[in-house]
Amino acid sequence: MDSSCLLASLHGSDTLLFADMQHRDPMLQKRDEFEDMLEERRNSSDLRYALRCYTPVLYKGVTPCTAGALKNMVLQSAQIHFVIGQVSNETGRAVDDVQEEASAILEEMAHSLQLSTVRFFAFTLSKVFKTLFRSICVNEEGIQRLQQAIQEHPVVLLPSHRSYMDFLLMSYILYTYDLALPVIAAGMDFMGMKFVGEMLRMSGAFFIRRSFGGDKLYWAVFSEYVKTMLKNGFAPVEFFLEGTRSRTSKSLTPKLGLLNIAMDPFLKGEVFDVHLVPVSISYERILEEALYARELLGVPKPKESTSGLFKARKVLSEDYGSIHVYFGQPVSVRRLSQGKVDRGQFNLTPRHIPKRPSEEIHSFVNDSAYGLVRAQEENMVLKPWVLLASLLLQNHHGDQASGRARGMALDELTEQAVWLRDLSRQYGAFLHWPDHVPPPEVVSSSLSLHRGLVTITEGRVQLASEQAGGPAGPGEPPPVGPEEELLRQAVTVLSCVSYRNQALHVFLRPALLASAVHAASSSSGKQEIFNSFSFLRNMFSNEFILCPGATVQDFEEACFLLVKTGALQVSQQEVVVTERGHRTLAFLTSVLDPFLQGYQVVCRFLSEEANEALTEKQFVPTVRKFIIKRLLAGRLRYTEVLSSDLQKNALAALLRLGAVRKIKGAEPGTLKVNKVMVHSLEDALGGNLPTQKPAAVARL
Amino acid sequence: MENVVQRLLKCSTSTFFQLHIVNCTGLGEEGVKAAVATSRLERGKLRRRTRAAVETGVGHREPGPRTRRCPQIAFCPAFCDPDSLPPRVGWIAAGALASIPTPAAHGSAPSIHKHGSSMASNSSSSGGSDRQRIAQQRLRIIAGHLQRPAGDDSALLAAECKDQGSKSDASSEEKTVPRRRQEIMKWNGWGYSDSRFLFNKKGQAEFTGKRYKLSGMIIPGLKEWFEGTFGANLQHKSPATPILNSSAVRPPTLNEAFVEELKSTGVPFSHDAEDRVFRAYGHCVHEIFALREGRIGRVPDLVVWPNCHNDVVKIVELACKHNVCLIPYGGGTSVSSALECPSEETRSIVSLDTSQMNRILWIDEKNLTAHVEAGIVGQDLERLLNESGYCTGHEPDSMEFSSLGGWVATRASGMKKNIYGNIEDLVVHIKMVTPRGVIEKSCQGPRMSTGPDVHHFILGSEGTLGVVTEVTMKIRPMPEYQKYGSVVFPNFEQGVACLREVAKQRCAPASIRLMDNEQFKFGHALKPQVSSIFTSFLDGLKKIYITKFKGFDPNRLCVATLLFEGNREKVLQHEKQVYDIAAKFGGLAAGEDNGQRGYMLTFVIAYLRDLGMDYYVMGESFETSVPWDRVLDICQNVKARIVHECKERGVQFTPLSTCRVTQTYDAGACVYFYFGFNYRGLSDPVHVYEQVEHAAREEILANGGSLSHHHGVGKLRKEWMSETVSNVGIGMLKSVKDYVDPNNIFGNRNLF
Repeated sequence: MDSSCLLASLHGSDTLLFADMQHRDPMLQKRDEFEDMLEERRNSSDLRYALRCYTPVLYKGVTPCTAGALKNMVLQSAQIHFVIGQVSNETGRAVDDVQEEASAILEEMAHSLQLSTVRFFAFTLSKVFKTLFRSICVNEEGIQRLQQAIQEHPVVLLPSHRSYMDFLLMSYILYTYDLALPVIAAGMDFMGMKFVGEMLRMSGAFFIRRSFGGDKLYWAVFSEYVKTMLKNGFAPVEFFLEGTRSRTSKSLTPKLGLLNIAMDPFLKGEVFDVHLVPVSISYERILEEALYARELLGVPKPKESTSGLFKARKVLSEDYGSIHVYFGQPVSVRRLSQGKVDRGQFNLTPRHIPKRPSEEIHSFVNDSAYGLVRAQEENMVLKPWVLLASLLLQNHHGDQASGRARGMALDELTEQAVWLRDLSRQYGAFLHWPDHVPPPEVVSSSLSLHRGLVTITEGRVQLASEQAGGPAGPGEPPPVGPEEELLRQAVTVLSCVSYRNQALHVFLRPALLASAVHAASSSSGKQEIFNSFSFLRNMFSNEFILCPGATVQDFEEACFLLVKTGALQVSQQEVVVTERGHRTLAFLTSVLDPFLQGYQVVCRFLSEEANEALTEKQFVPTVRKFIIKRLLAGRLRYTEVLSSDLQKNALAALLRLGAVRKIKGAEPGTLKVNKVMVHSLEDALGGNLPTQKPAAVARL
Repeated sequence: MENVVQRLLKCSTSTFFQLHIVNCTGLGEEGVKAAVATSRLERGKLRRRTRAAVETGVGHREPGPRTRRCPQIAFCPAFCDPDSLPPRVGWIAAGALASIPTPAAHGSAPSIHKHGSSMASNSSSSGGSDRQRIAQQRLRIIAGHLQRPAGDDSALLAAECKDQGSKSDASSEEKTVPRRRQEIMKWNGWGYSDSRFLFNKKGQAEFTGKRYKLSGMIIPGLKEWFEGTFGANLQHKSPATPILNSSAVRPPTLNEAFVEELKSTGVPFSHDAEDRVFRAYGHCVHEIFALREGRIGRVPDLVVWPNCHNDVVKIVELACKHNVCLIPYGGGTSVSSALECPSEETRSIVSLDTSQMNRILWIDEKNLTAHVEAGIVGQDLERLLNESGYCTGHEPDSMEFSSLGGWVATRASGMKKNIYGNIEDLVVHIKMVTPRGVIEKSCQGPRMSTGPDVHHFILGSEGTLGVVTEVTMKIRPMPEYQKYGSVVFPNFEQGVACLREVAKQRCAPASIRLMDNEQFKFGHALKPQVSSIFTSFLDGLKKIYITKFKGFDPNRLCVATLLFEGNREKVLQHEKQVYDIAAKFGGLAAGEDNGQRGYMLTFVIAYLRDLGMDYYVMGESFETSVPWDRVLDICQNVKARIVHECKERGVQFTPLSTCRVTQTYDAGACVYFYFGFNYRGLSDPVHVYEQVEHAAREEILANGGSLSHHHGVGKLRKEWMSETVSNVGIGMLKSVKDYVDPNNIFGNRNLF
């Protein structure tokens, strides 16, 4: 394809997308003020609050529909009728039998929202939240926008997902502001907790199986259920685009299934519009902090159980800082799809016959999903601690490289934090740094909130090494071998990493550029740097939220930011690092470095250790052993590479690039490694970034 | 009195009319006198007619089936000198209403084919009389929503007397559509000059003139509705330019050679500025708005008025010879920019006005067909056929002004299509003059398997291929009984469900239309002042019953209007069936009055637009057809899109955005949208309007609606044609155009 044409099409495709969210200069982005909704709770009766009159306005004033009536509507819909007939035809089962099954699926799935349960939660959560958190801050303008949207259009709430707390919190907020309570898509795993599961169901959760690949009937019931709720405007539908809680605080690659369903009524002309509201929930301290770290290190995730939840009671005694919930600008699917989807494609077949989404729709939904996740990222509130964690980690790694564990002097940390504060603000970070408080105080109060993760000795700060942190500590025997010691340390590191990761989206694009510049020889021209940039971007597109097809745009954004902050000079042909730019670039490259090294190690593992019988299932444990070995041998300094998230993402990238293939051997999911290709990728990541234009990569 | 009628009946030899006399008993003494008088007239007429037949039996080609000529058939031998015309004028005029055309006065060329040979032998004098009387009666029923009931009799009689006496009765004001349209019609608004809405000094709305049921009445609710719906204010007027300034009209570009030769044919023509401006526009809002502001764009350079098929043949030949652009003009009711002169056209543009080709050439009772010149307008066609006891049943909303040829050229649809069919169902034979020659089929078989139906190249060709000159149409005996009705539904969804069920059971009445809530309110606002306290009391009771007792939300309920036609017994039976279905969907019968008013709205709504434009309110309607499962969605989405687009474009007051389902089919329905908004404060309201309409059309297409159900494509909707019929489809149409009209003589550039 002609390069200029490709460029044009890339630009074209993104200018319309998220017109509201588009901003060349992130500094110009205006964000709303927050109000602390707990304040009122501290000053008035929780009981009265829980029992108050609750009269939300619904979509176009529809009368709410009982859970039973909703089920009937679904079962009587044309789509379910059709699929039941189809399944009955294909399997030879009686229609009644299939009907029965559909009904059972629905029974298992459906929510049974009850105001009394909501009131119960309103009461108890008030108590819990007040103990756990200093404040729950909500942008009330966002609430107003949401209220407006709910009245005018079916609304889909798309919160970020970092904690179990998320959806209770969402419902709690909506109840507080007298907004229609959402129905929430929840994973089936909750159903394991008998009592809690039912409670959640009664507070508006509906449960879907994690996988139901080929089950036509299940898919039909599920999608019809969601669509019925949505298009009749009975309640806002809420689900997590990321599909599951992010254990790393990095946003996860969006899942498209539910978004597809949510957009369907609009695309098929059943509603005038659907509004998607990205919601960013940022926790100053994540309740599951250490749990996540352990999980990533291979301590399996504890099965959700009611008793487990009660054991977590001692969580209640800790200070978890504040929560910021930002309701983003509602995104109109109508506007989003303008010029991208021809809705006329549904004109020639009855709309109730399920059809695979067309290529056009698939890529539209995919682009939209990425855009929405980015919108979530952009409105995530960053606390000063996030910057401190980044700096402390970089220092920690530096220490490890030099073999001395000295930590950072407090004033040095403060100075660097202030520098980073200014930089991140220039990059458009939504940073909540109290400007009226002197920086040293900001730093020390942040450190004290996260005292489990840092130690301060003689005015020097370093990552806590002795403590495992969080709820795990006391009961366990003291560490024995170096491996345990390493893992123990890793828990702290990964916890810190999860905070650093919160700021990754701010630095990501500049960091990719910085790494490309860093790897390039001094004489490299702009095109070579772009090629390196797009290689890296392509490599890491499973790791970070990088909108498909937006390479050129991302490159330009990165250039813009680095030029704006005076770190780079970019001409038509050249990219030159300025004198004052070295500090910025050094910081940015070390942001990305752990990932570069991590992917290299995975490549090294695959080319050195992988045998014929390696399956996908065995991949993580074996690669983990390999990494531990290298860490202990001092050949790798980033403990965070132990994160199974990184390892899985690396494998996914290699599979995507074709360096590894899944084959249908005796064992399902056996991995076949293309050692030459893996080796060359490792080499490239190790600093020999390809500057030649690979096929099918855009040129500038 | 009844005895008189009975006696008259007995002498009638036409059994057909006996079947239809039932309703005449209410005629009253005057009516009977009139009947007697007309019967005498008829007798005289008949004598003359017989003679005329003998004298002019020149052109009889084939006797054909038993045909009976209607009384006003124009009859002139080939190339005759006007002075030597046979004395046919008397009988032409005798049975006619005030508006019967008299082509002879214009020296019209003959139409010598297919005259029935036995026309006189089949009707007796008293039959004619009855027919006349019945016709009057039918006319009153059928056009109840259209015409003013009182005074018809006297007007008719007076006209007859005058006609009887005078030979040179051809003064143009007596014709429904004179050559000089400006004599009776508005140049920058809808319809007759004497009929318009206005707010009087007291701020009450009234409708002027005498033509309509609503004429001369006060409409007390209109002001409040108008101000409330549009946020308009009677203080803020936006009056139109009162008179057409001829100097604003560009002087004609005449093709001298063409004009010279045209002169020699004797076909009347004109390049008077007014005549030309009248043929340059249809009734799109942008067209009318420009005229109101006195802005006049490219207009035809010449107007010709052919009197018959042969005239058209000559004009087309001359146009081809001299490379002149021809734009056929029928009733001028286009709402698709079809009449707009293409700005890129450099040739002389000649508007071919068919309005004078308005005769019924014969009626064939055996086959129930009538052969009619294509320039006849709907109201004349219906009225003249009614006089013979027949009707076509084709009643598009524009039937007062639109012409048969226009219907054919745009694939028109009438409100009673459920009984009679749309124009493509009604047409048996079409004659069209094209640059390649005349196209017509060789026989009148009711259906043929002879390759693609060539009629379908003509139907919907929108004047791009030629001029339709004569059409054979199906006719039906006039219905014995007509009854309006209405049903109130709690909401639009229920209403649509009911219509769908009615369509499923294939029991749709002649017309069934479902108005949404906004339109229901609109209809309500148009209720004329009630004279009796009792009526208003009853209205109040009805309202209380529906809203309080039945719990209908006045902001959600909607109403379906019904029109039943046929045999009285069957109508009543049919009515019951429909009301039973309606009841299943929560519908309550709401009386004949509501129904009738609904249909009246159809005819006055175009006048109302002019009123709106006097007060900064601009409005338009557009339509589509859509499968049943999409009806609700399309209504909701298009209405919402209109509101949304207006908001986006800075329209301050929420627009009126309303719809109704106007036709039902087996597989779908026709939906009409009305859109009006207050444009005060907008710098370019027409542009805003056009953008909104464009968006609304996109929405329609995205929701599975068609580009048009019956308005046609014109130039307004051209851009969507290829996506509508596919590129291959366009290619097919173009190749027909290329063959038929290689030099683009019919250069209005409609369709593609």
